[in-house]
Amino acid sequence: MNPELTISAGNTAWVLISAALVFLMIPGLALFYGGLVRTKGVLNTMMMSAAALGVVGVQWILFGYSLSFEPGGAWIGGFGWAGLAGIGSGANSDYAPTFPHIAFVLFQGMFAVITVALISGAVVERMRFPVYLAFAVLWTTLVYDPLAHWVWGVGGWLRELGALDFAGGTVVHIAAGTSAVVAALMLGARRDFRKVAFVPHNVPTTLLGAGLLWFGWFGFNAGSALAANGLAALAFANTFAAGASGLATWMTLELLRNGRSTAVGAATGLVTGLVSITPAAGYVTPVAALAIGLIGAVASQFALELRARVRLDDSLDVFACHGVAGIIGAILTGVFATTDVNPAGANGLLYGDASQLGVQLFAIAVTIAFSAVATGGVLVVLKAVFGLRVSLAAELHGIDLSEHGEEAYYGADVGALVGRRAPIGESVLLPATEIQSVARLQPQE
Amino acid sequence: MKLITAIVRPEKLSEVKAALFRAGVTGMTLSRVSGHGGEQEVVQRYRSETVVLEFHEKVKIDIAVSAPFVEPTIQAIVSAAQTGEVGDGKIFVQDLERVIRIRTGEADNAALTPVTADEVQKAALADTAGVP
Repeated sequence: MNPELTISAGNTAWVLISAALVFLMIPGLALFYGGLVRTKGVLNTMMMSAAALGVVGVQWILFGYSLSFEPGGAWIGGFGWAGLAGIGSGANSDYAPTFPHIAFVLFQGMFAVITVALISGAVVERMRFPVYLAFAVLWTTLVYDPLAHWVWGVGGWLRELGALDFAGGTVVHIAAGTSAVVAALMLGARRDFRKVAFVPHNVPTTLLGAGLLWFGWFGFNAGSALAANGLAALAFANTFAAGASGLATWMTLELLRNGRSTAVGAATGLVTGLVSITPAAGYVTPVAALAIGLIGAVASQFALELRARVRLDDSLDVFACHGVAGIIGAILTGVFATTDVNPAGANGLLYGDASQLGVQLFAIAVTIAFSAVATGGVLVVLKAVFGLRVSLAAELHGIDLSEHGEEAYYGADVGALVGRRAPIGESVLLPATEIQSVARLQPQE
Repeated sequence: MKLITAIVRPEKLSEVKAALFRAGVTGMTLSRVSGHGGEQEVVQRYRSETVVLEFHEKVKIDIAVSAPFVEPTIQAIVSAAQTGEVGDGKIFVQDLERVIRIRTGEADNAALTPVTADEVQKAALADTAGVP
């Protein structure tokens, strides 16, 4: 803490509000993902987003923030700020020069939570819930925290290299998208993948989630200005522009190619526009943001259809949406960035400096390589120790029942009319005989 | 006594119901069912997932009637549910061995006519809305 730094009430208010806005993206993501899965897996899907708030939230306070942001090392922070030691209402010259350091801790904490929650879209309807909890903590500690330090931490080597990532295109979206592919490969596809159609069970829920994501994204991007100033307003405008552009692009492409614009497509399109502007939000003009949203949405739509042709059950297309649009955004940051709008940024290809593009590409390659290897490592260990998947019978019955002992829409089955209240202490586990009988009906391939 | 089972288009249900009520057939049980007939498949797209729906939503109407009501019931359903397009549905007529009204224990024909049948029919005839 530096006593010479003065706290700005306006900046403090904006960072706190932004932290709350990013927080709202987590239930938003839960709704977005929850609507896209089948009825028997919606609770587990939503829980994977919500649970990250619990376990990553605790991790962040205990040591995650310290690992990510304690200045010094090129590769990782340290434990000096573990338990937020010494961090309080005062400012911090590195991260929070005009508002309380602890506000920065919380703002960044929301990013850590949502990143692992994004990955969960690749493993829906089949991952053991306790193992997912362990994964969330390990992944955040071993993948997210180092990456955040490299890109944003003082002394972090990608930051020193000059890589531009305004609000987390690499750390959040490319890392999550890459890790999602690895996780989908390690878990394997859902039963009946590519045999039966997996159709979203509640499209309005997904639309509500998309709306909340966009709303929260204003905090995600404009909050990353870390001040209530013109840069925040620019990032805000760019966030709107790219979301609108992604939405319009996706609807138009669908209309031209399939004759109809779909609601699920609209929700997807706006998200891809928002992902692609994330690294560029504070470095480009709003017209450039329109172009970035457009290119991001086009690339994502083609990636999504390509994914459907291969045997990769990245169930909710985390890579096609977050990975691809994140990569596009990080590249285009090196194309459209201009110091006209942000002197602290850099000039990209269109403004006469091709070298920034090289730095961006390098940062993308590093992020992909590190996320893939480290995520693979975490999952190999978890698979060996605990196993990643629920049993086939549990998957067929529905993961909500097997992992949570609940169903989202109790009463749809006529048996619910005669649900008997269990005596206190009665076993709540599904009888083994029933699981076995289903397993016999559906032998594993 | 016959059990008449009709499979009709859901969008025709309200007309069928009105026609049956006008015919004095006021006791029935409805179910949502999915049927496969000669209709064209419906294709829906969700992101990159394309789903082909081979079964179409239909409504099943179960009606138990005494002999004099069999033909009026069939006539009412056919006249109200027919569009001429593939997918209008079917009517199945089967013999019925026994009918028991649970409330009173009445059996067979005595159990078949709902107690409010006359009022319901009168109201249906007075209500011209929905009459083709």
